[in-house]
Amino acid sequence: MIELYLFLAFMIIAAIIATEIKDLLAAVISLGAVGFSVAIMFIFVQAPDLAIVQIVVEILTVVVFVAVILRTTHIDETIGKKMRPTQILATVLYTGFAILFLLVVIRSFNELPAFGHAIMKVASSYVQLGLGQTGGANLVADVILDYRALDTLGEATVLFTSVIGVVALIRKSGRKK
Amino acid sequence: MKGMSLIVKSITNVVIGFIFIYGVYIILHGHLTPGGGFAGGVIVAGAFVLKYLAFGAEAKHEKKASTAASVYESIGGLLFIGVALAGLVIAGTFFLNFIPKGTPLHLLSAGIIPVCNIAIGIKVGAGLFSIFLALAAVKYVMED
Repeated sequence: MIELYLFLAFMIIAAIIATEIKDLLAAVISLGAVGFSVAIMFIFVQAPDLAIVQIVVEILTVVVFVAVILRTTHIDETIGKKMRPTQILATVLYTGFAILFLLVVIRSFNELPAFGHAIMKVASSYVQLGLGQTGGANLVADVILDYRALDTLGEATVLFTSVIGVVALIRKSGRKK
Repeated sequence: MKGMSLIVKSITNVVIGFIFIYGVYIILHGHLTPGGGFAGGVIVAGAFVLKYLAFGAEAKHEKKASTAASVYESIGGLLFIGVALAGLVIAGTFFLNFIPKGTPLHLLSAGIIPVCNIAIGIKVGAGLFSIFLALAAVKYVMED
């Protein structure tokens, strides 16, 4: 488990760099480092499906970010300026909320059952009956496309809606000059 | 976007087919190995994004590509819903696995799961590619 904590520390450092650095290209690359660390953590906890999705999505997001930044601007001009009073207030409130949230999270983590011993019994019946009931050898695919296909439909709808939103907001044609 | 150097273009020409086929493989074997429609769709979209980054997008070409992406995204969505509704029509349950299961660990097995994987793969690939096209078009708007 120690490697997970190492990656966690690395991710926190990379995330802080991503928010504080002035060059947006470097910020995007730090963000990519966070994403790839998540993928490696997925491999450590034996979730190869999620790791594959995380890696390819991370590659695509970094490429899209870099493509956009190369065409617009490199410099984040908000960093290094003096904060306005409202921003200071917002930062204080945000920090307070984060501390409160962390306290609650630590308390609820102590209540959790040990890793691999879930309270819900449904997962073990998926593991035992999944191959016979659906015929699919990949249990993750069995769950997301057979037992829980309705959830996947919702997910597909979310993706569809977000694509429509992005294309409608920044499409080229139909825009007033 | 004018495209990149000759080296990048040549290497893109070589690898792009392999990337595309790997994405299709991930989609088709989604019920057997790690991966599935979502991951495979993103890889397929990545192949197209690589092509666009290396060769550059011409304005008229781009419009055709974004129309094709919209059409394929709709086809994927309709296929996914169609499979769900077919279960409803045939046996009265939404998303029923009505196709015969076949032998496990064979390519043609697991009933509707491969069909759903293909539908999601088409949908995700086309959707992400159209997002990329929309973002790549930002430059033209800013220059106008």
